Parts: sequence; structure tokens; C-alpha cells
Amino acid sequence: MTAPASRLTASGLTLAYDRRVITRDLDVAVPDRSFTVVVGPNACGKSTLLRALARVLRPVAGTVMLDGERISSWPARKLARTLGLLPQSSVAPEGITVSDLVARGRYPHQGILRQWTREDARVVAESMRATGVEELASRGVDELSGGQRQRVWIAMALAQQTSLLLLDEPTTFLDIAHQIEVLDLCARLHAEGRTVVAVLHDLNQAARYATHLIAMRDGRIVAEGPPAEVVTAERVAEVFGLRCRVIDDPETGTPLVVPAAPSIPAASDVVKVT
Amino acid sequence: MTFTFVRRFALAAVLLAAVAALSLAVGARPLGPPEVWRGLTDPGTDAYTVVHQMRLPRTLLGLVVGAALGLAGALMQSLTRNPLGDPGLLGINVGAAAAVVTGISFLGVTSFAGYVWLAFAGAGVVAVLLYGIGGGRGATPARLALAGAAVNAALYAYVSAVELLDTASLDRMRFWTVGSLAAAQTSTVQKVTPFVLVGVVLALALARPLNALAMGDDTARALGARPALVRGAGIVAVTLLCGAATAACGPIVFLGLMVPHLVRAVVGPDLRLLLPYSALAAPVLMLVADVLGRVVARPSEVQVGVLTVVLGGPFFLYFVRRRKAAAL
Repeated sequence: MTAPASRLTASGLTLAYDRRVITRDLDVAVPDRSFTVVVGPNACGKSTLLRALARVLRPVAGTVMLDGERISSWPARKLARTLGLLPQSSVAPEGITVSDLVARGRYPHQGILRQWTREDARVVAESMRATGVEELASRGVDELSGGQRQRVWIAMALAQQTSLLLLDEPTTFLDIAHQIEVLDLCARLHAEGRTVVAVLHDLNQAARYATHLIAMRDGRIVAEGPPAEVVTAERVAEVFGLRCRVIDDPETGTPLVVPAAPSIPAASDVVKVT
Repeated sequence: MTFTFVRRFALAAVLLAAVAALSLAVGARPLGPPEVWRGLTDPGTDAYTVVHQMRLPRTLLGLVVGAALGLAGALMQSLTRNPLGDPGLLGINVGAAAAVVTGISFLGVTSFAGYVWLAFAGAGVVAVLLYGIGGGRGATPARLALAGAAVNAALYAYVSAVELLDTASLDRMRFWTVGSLAAAQTSTVQKVTPFVLVGVVLALALARPLNALAMGDDTARALGARPALVRGAGIVAVTLLCGAATAACGPIVFLGLMVPHLVRAVVGPDLRLLLPYSALAAPVLMLVADVLGRVVARPSEVQVGVLTVVLGGPFFLYFVRRRKAAAL
């Protein structure tokens, strides 16, 4: 059995906020050129794992490796040209325009001696085109809808020109149409050759878009692999505590989770999936 | 965009020059434009004495201190990600003031050379203390601001107590703690300028990383910036700017809060523009307040620290209301 090649791996990872341990001794590998989606109930540690993979959170124990080197030894700007992260906590400075925000993604490509160039302008324009926000370029980010704003943030991450892109719950707070719009965009970015890792809430969306699915619960990885293998009724019960049936998605043939009707006794254990 | 930039920069420079000229002309003995010119260039005249001994140092100090306070305010608002951040917010100004007041009252310090080191020490201690309380690992903008507010209140009480208890030094301190340019001397300008210059260079070098930090610590790290390092360097710059300004003419409040907001409304949130324009706009306001202070209560003067609040307060309230209305 040969594991697929992975530029981004972690081993023996213990992650904690202050003294509260979130995950213990976790091993994970992100297959190259995959669209990897991490799913699991709230507070299972999926966002924490993503932050550690992007070196935004320093592990208590264990190592994250990128291209065969400890990620902790990567120079900050070189790392930011290789691996991009769109965190949940991004704040748009008050009054900033779309093009100015996207331009800030060029930070790791600039320096005190290397200021704004034609190349920067070209990449920013291309990133806005790729995410369909070029008509909004001179608008204020404050005035945009949630879906537009999320695409602008993705454009900023794209302007970093990284071959790995990590997205922390990019669809949260969006309505269903905008969720699909953002996920379609992620799928397109993956199809263009990037390795994309996203944390998602919605199991059905995860199953539909992921090429590699990682299911977490209580800081552990319960299952990983292609969605068709990972998403089974038993697994969903184990991970989310949800009784369900898994059928084929009539549109895509991927697994589709249909929660059991509420008359079933275990309904009191149900963890809400949005 | 480049055209707009040149035009705005020229406008700011012209405005600054005009206000500086006004500051040379207005006073107990008003000078006309030809007299101001003679006062600057012709050593034989009365005007020369007035300009060189009183108005020029005063004007230059207003420029330097104004720039320092405007820049420190813009830096602080950005470091704390708090639009209400002002140089007083983190308690750094009042930390400098507390040290200087201690020096005046208990150590018999009377010169700027003594004030300035005390002011840095006071500002520096507050900055380090803040980093201990509200900084470090779990640092959030809110925690830093809260810690600053607490330190601010405690030190302000101390400054007031020393002032009330020490009647002998009260007069000297009373003008100083209000904020005044009236006692400006050429030597003060010469001593304060190098510190402010270092602070200005450091602040401008931080503009780009601060832009990254403005989007949240995680985003900043993802872009390759180092938040702890940037915040530390930012606090050093603020300490230099506030310490020097406070030592030179007392804790002048409000300028650092007001100016960055006004500038932001014109140039937007990009710190590469916001920082230099704040450093240009704040001295304009400072000198206008100082000039008015010489006129409104003749033959006596109103301290610039009082007038920045009296003029700035209502204007700022109007501005905030108007902006809120526009946002709604």
C-alpha cells in the first residue's frame, strides 16, 4: 500500500489553547493536488488543526512538515508565498476598497526595497477576475454582501500565489446559493492545480466537493479517504451522533446524508448540522 | 492616483507652511508679512529678536510635537485596532507625565534634558507593563486597551495627587500638565527633534506590516508578518513619540485621537498614506490652536492643550455624527 505523496504532513501533533488540549498525538497528511475537506461536529478541533497546518498556531508537541522541512523553520515570507490561509477571523479595515484589500495579498512578495510593481497589479487583477469580483474593484468592502465579501477574501489569498490554499469555514454565514458559489470557486481553484484544504460544516457539501475527506471527532481523526468510503451511515452516527441514511446524490452520485425522521428514539442525541 | 497623491501632498505642505507663517506673525506684537521676513533674515531688527527668541522655537516645537502626537495616535489606533485609541488610551502619555511630575516634585528636575529621560522611562515602563498585562501570548486588542485604560486612570490620579500636594512646584506643573508651547526654547526643539525623527522613521517603516495586522493576527501571520514583533516595535515608536512630545510640552490630549480620523476620511485606511498624512495634519491643527490661544484672551494666553480640546471636541463630535449618518 503506497500512500499518496504529501507536501504537507503532521505527526504526533498535540494542540492546545493555553492549557486546554484540543487534539493529542494527531497524524495527518494532505494528499498533493487534492481538495481535502475536514469535517466534524463543532469544537472537534478541525479549525485548530488547520491553523496548526498553516503555522498560525504553534503545536505543544509534534511537527508539521512542508516540502520535507519543519514548517517552524520556514522563513515567514517564503512560507506565505507557498501556503495561503484564509482564517475565520479576518477583519476588513474600515473603508477599504476591494482592490486595496486584494492587493494586500501581495504582502509576502514585497519588501522595503521591492515596492508595488506591474506584476503585483497583474496578479491582483487576475485574482479578482478568477473570483468574479473585478466589477466590484473600486467598491468598499463594507458595502458588499456576505458572498461577495467572501470571494474578495479568497481573491486576497489567491494574490499570494500559493500552491497550497487553506480555508477555514469559507461558507459560514452565507446563504445556500452563496455557499455553492464559494465551493464551486474552490473546486475550480483545485482543478487549476492547487492543493486546497477546507474546513466545512456541511457534510453533504463536503462529500460533494472533496476528493479527500477527513472526519474528526473530539480531536481525533475518525476516518479519512475518498468521500464514498468515508461517508457511511455508521460513520455519521459515530462522528456526529446522527441517525441517518446515506443515499447517492442524484446530481453527482456522491454520498448524500439524509437525517432520520424525528420519531426515531435517538433523536435526542442529534447534533445540529448546518 | 499618483496625481491625487501629489496634489494632496502639496496641499498639506502648503497648509502647513501657511499655518507656520501665521504662527510667526501672530502674538503680543503682531508682525506683517514683510516684518516676518525681516525677522527671519535681518539680525539688526526688533522683529528678528521676537521671531528668533520666541516665535520660531515655538512654531518649530509645535511642528515637531504635533507631528509626533498625530503619528502616535495613528499608530496606536492601528496597534489596538481600536478606533477610539488615542495616545492617552494606553496610558503611555500619562505614564510619561507621572514620571516627569515625580521628577519636578521630588527630585528637583527643572530642565528639558531631565524631563525627556524621565518621560521615556515613564512611557517605557507603562509600555512594558501593558505588554505584561494585556500583551504576550493571549494578547487581544481589547485586552490591551482595557489594561491601558486601567493604567491610565491610576497614573492620572497619581499626577493629580502630586499636583495638589506640592504647592511649591504647582505653578510650573500646572502649565506643563495642561500642555503648552509658550515656554519653547531653541534648545528644547534641538533636543526633542532627534527622538521624534527616530520615532517617525520607525513608524513609517511599520506601515506595511501594520496594514497586514489590521486584518487580524491570523491573516497577518498567513501573509508572512510577525504580529508580536510588529506590535513590540510599534510600542517602541509610540513610546519615543509620546515621551518626547510629553517631555517638551506636557500631555496634549485629543490631537492623536482626532487627526487620524480626519485623515482616514480623506485618504482611506492604508497606513502607508495614513501615517505620513497624520504627521502632516496634526501640526497644522496644533499651530492653529496655539495661534488662536495667543489671540482669544489678550493680553494673556490660553494653553494650546486647552484649545485643542475646546476646538477639537465639538468638531470631532460633528464629524462622528455626520459619518454615522452617512453609514446608516
